[in-house]
Amino acid sequence: MYSETVMEHFSSPRNAGKIENADGVGEVGNAQCGDIMRMYLKIDDGVITDAKFNTFGCGAAIATSSMATEMIKGKTVDEALGLTNKAVMEALGGLPSAKMHCSVLAEEAVKAAIEDYLSKKEAV
Amino acid sequence: MQIYMDNAATTPMSDAAVNAMLDCMKNNYGNPSSIHKTGQAARRAIEGSREAVARLIGADKKEVYFTSGGTEADNWAILAAAETGAKKGKKHIISTRFEHHAALHRLERLERQGFEISLLEVHSDGLVRPDELESAIREDTALVTVMYANNEIGTVQPIAELGAVCRSRGVVFHTDAVQAVGQVPIDVNAQNIDMLSLSAHKFHGPKGVGALYCRAGVPLPVFIEGGAQERGRRGGTENVPAIAGMAAALEEACRNMENKAKTVTAMRDRLIDAFAAVPHSRLNGHREKRLPGIASFCFEGVEGEAVLLMLDHAGISASSGSACTSGSLEPSHVLLALGLPHEIAHGSLRLSLSGYNTPEEIEKVIEVLPPIIGRLREISPVWEKIKNGGPN
Repeated sequence: MYSETVMEHFSSPRNAGKIENADGVGEVGNAQCGDIMRMYLKIDDGVITDAKFNTFGCGAAIATSSMATEMIKGKTVDEALGLTNKAVMEALGGLPSAKMHCSVLAEEAVKAAIEDYLSKKEAV
Repeated sequence: MQIYMDNAATTPMSDAAVNAMLDCMKNNYGNPSSIHKTGQAARRAIEGSREAVARLIGADKKEVYFTSGGTEADNWAILAAAETGAKKGKKHIISTRFEHHAALHRLERLERQGFEISLLEVHSDGLVRPDELESAIREDTALVTVMYANNEIGTVQPIAELGAVCRSRGVVFHTDAVQAVGQVPIDVNAQNIDMLSLSAHKFHGPKGVGALYCRAGVPLPVFIEGGAQERGRRGGTENVPAIAGMAAALEEACRNMENKAKTVTAMRDRLIDAFAAVPHSRLNGHREKRLPGIASFCFEGVEGEAVLLMLDHAGISASSGSACTSGSLEPSHVLLALGLPHEIAHGSLRLSLSGYNTPEEIEKVIEVLPPIIGRLREISPVWEKIKNGGPN
């Protein structure tokens, strides 16, 4: 049902955890639907130097969180905003169609965390 | 080797069933409808199997019809009662909120076709109340269908009492006994059952074969046209090896039933006691009124499919009623019928045992599961809120 890459990211998730005093935090999804993703970003000079996640959800939700954080680390904020769910899915070697929404959540979580960062920056 | 704890999904076949099938496939290939000796040997295999299945549920062999499994038997029973009822202007059917989809989806379709469907509550303990059935029965009730034991949580319904209520009101009573046959003693007469569905692969028989019991005198219209098989009601050449395998499996399951139930119950209770120690966990359904082999749990703050995958990786096959295992966003209708909120229902895990499991396997699961729950909770934002005492 899942690709080897999905299973590998699910079994050994990259970047699971939290960042204290993160520059941006975004949470999407809801427990009622069975998926919540929370992303933490550390951003220096417009570059994402660290990304971590907390996820409540199925294997695909955890694997997409893991892959998405890997894909945005070292990227500029603008580059990270361009991350698409399709790119996350492709990097994972595909997802079953019923699990596509997990990749959408991952994209949305990254965007929510960046928006949080941008709004904090504006407020300063 | 993989530890198999998903026996409510399907069971490994018994040697008796395999041997009966092999013997049939090698030596008894005739068409049971042929009048020559080859055909008649196959006919004898079928009728011997029918007699065995009937005897083991307390029925007469004329009351047992072979089908492709439990789903077909449920569909047939419900359609039969609906057709018969409609002729008398009776278009009301009573069932429960946590039936198998084989029944529920059929009932939903009948509803779209003008039938009225009432679904009984199953309460937080997963049990139907006979007095609530009594008050739900109306003049135009054509059928009551209540599953014998629930496939996800394992609770066993008060079937004899429910049957007695139906009998006293003159309503046909069907039970989907797919999970119960071969696990607990069944007697269709003592338990006031008019129709009963069973499936071979749940009691160490082959897949794709089952039976419908229909009490003599209860109308059973033709289900499949095209042949004289199954007393003209279900046309098509019989699956002789599968039918023989089913009978052999049921003979064996019933022969050892009491002892097997004791050892399986002890293993199940060991699991229940061990996982009661996991904080923010619960057992789904009544503690005692359940099948020997089924225990269903919810672990708050984690999602069931993730637990399953990790268990699988650790060498244990189990099952979950989480949305992610059903391909929808909705968690299992069974857990929701118990009144569980969505976010808790998502964290369900079903361990279903058979006589093939061992106490060593149970200890292995008890060792492996809590750290898996712990690992998933560690990265779960929902668990963080529960742990901090906030609203879930």
